[in-house]
Amino acid sequence: MKILLDHTQLNITLQRLAHQLIENHVSFTDTAIIGIQPRGVWFSNRIAGIIKDITGYKHIDYGKLDITFYRDDVHTSGNIQVPSQTDVPFSIEGRNVILIDDVLHTGRTIRAAMDALVDFGRPSNVELMVLIDRRFSREVPIQPDYTGQTIDSIMTQKVKVYWAEKDNKDEVVLIDQ
Amino acid sequence: MSLSVKHLLGIKELTAQDIEQIFQTADNFKQVLQRPIKKVPTLRDTTIANVFFENSTRTRISFELAERRLGADVVNFAASGSSVSKGETLVDTVNNILAMKVDMVVMRHSASGAPWFLAENIDARIINAGDGINEHPTQALLDAYSIRERLGSIKGRRICIIGDIMHSRVALSNIYCLNKLGAEVMVAGPPTLIPKHIEGLGVRVEYDIKKALLWCEVANVLRIQLERQHKPLFSTLREYAIYYGINKQTLDSLGKEIVIMHPGPINRGVELNSDVANSKQSIILDQVENGVAIRMAVIYLFSGKVGIDE
Repeated sequence: MKILLDHTQLNITLQRLAHQLIENHVSFTDTAIIGIQPRGVWFSNRIAGIIKDITGYKHIDYGKLDITFYRDDVHTSGNIQVPSQTDVPFSIEGRNVILIDDVLHTGRTIRAAMDALVDFGRPSNVELMVLIDRRFSREVPIQPDYTGQTIDSIMTQKVKVYWAEKDNKDEVVLIDQ
Repeated sequence: MSLSVKHLLGIKELTAQDIEQIFQTADNFKQVLQRPIKKVPTLRDTTIANVFFENSTRTRISFELAERRLGADVVNFAASGSSVSKGETLVDTVNNILAMKVDMVVMRHSASGAPWFLAENIDARIINAGDGINEHPTQALLDAYSIRERLGSIKGRRICIIGDIMHSRVALSNIYCLNKLGAEVMVAGPPTLIPKHIEGLGVRVEYDIKKALLWCEVANVLRIQLERQHKPLFSTLREYAIYYGINKQTLDSLGKEIVIMHPGPINRGVELNSDVANSKQSIILDQVENGVAIRMAVIYLFSGKVGIDE
């Protein structure tokens, strides 16, 4: 097991990513943030919170998207997946949408997320933020716009992200199996 | 995650956890149905045959809508005008349909137990859409789901099923379902329409409709099924309406507000008066709306291909 980001590093990275979003989107009036269920939401909760802290905005459009029904492996992965909640309480028509997930691996989740997204409207553009980018393991041509850390890993390894809210610690580790 | 059974034949075979899982999944589909695009591509690799050997409007449309909104391909089969009238057996009919590469069969049949027979003899997922006077599992699920939505919970609630209990598959499935979820269940109606020894299923029996309504929080009123009554069980519909029909006056005299349900189709003026069916207390149309979400959940959860996950 190897620690990719410890508590301090993770929080510095979160601050940087939030600042990058503010730099590019300034007022957030035409921008909406959408976290991907289930694990991306812990990450997007933090990012949305930090953006509000830094800018002082009382409200930014922030939603959660479940992509279970859009997966391309419904009947090939063995068990049927139990969906999580989808909550997109605003229009994404003509807006900038930032999709947020914790780990980018094969890219198939993000492909499904884009399918799910267009069922809610036609965004003017879509960006992708990930905490960990496992480059060289992509199965579809999808790349992030904002990256916490890029790592080289092999298929049998696993990236595990711990959040203080549910795991009592902030930490990202790479596990050999 | 997985359900404890491979086919949805009856509520009797489900566990409380299975039912809870179906409800949670239905919550998600209910949310999908509020979107501008009420459709997901989840089952685009699945073909479903709706095989209806008995008339149905609501259930068949509800199933078909659920299937299409999950992105599945759908074929419809009705017994009238088919080779069944030429003497083809049930297994042959369904095997012929399956030979056209169908993954799941939704079946309604007038013979109790027909879906069990089919599940043993063919290689596809079976969803029971009503078999004779035995079970109608998706109706019971959507009824319980609608009660949960209206009252917040089912455990400990007092629910009365009123009317033709004897000929009702809705009643039997509801009794199993509500008991498993921890509700108190009563059946009420004329003695000729209530099976002997039904107390064995863990329900109370009441022959006085007023007493039943005073006891319950939810009244699920069933249709008088004249097509299944082969001998006279009460003298006239007018007499039934006088003694067992529910009208606004009866409801107002209770001194409390109870929830009114009906699985449809309603015989207006017989078991329910229009002023009751159209009142705020009635959740009859919510039941129909929830039916699509519940059937989407059932089809999704039971859609695993035979052979892949076994």
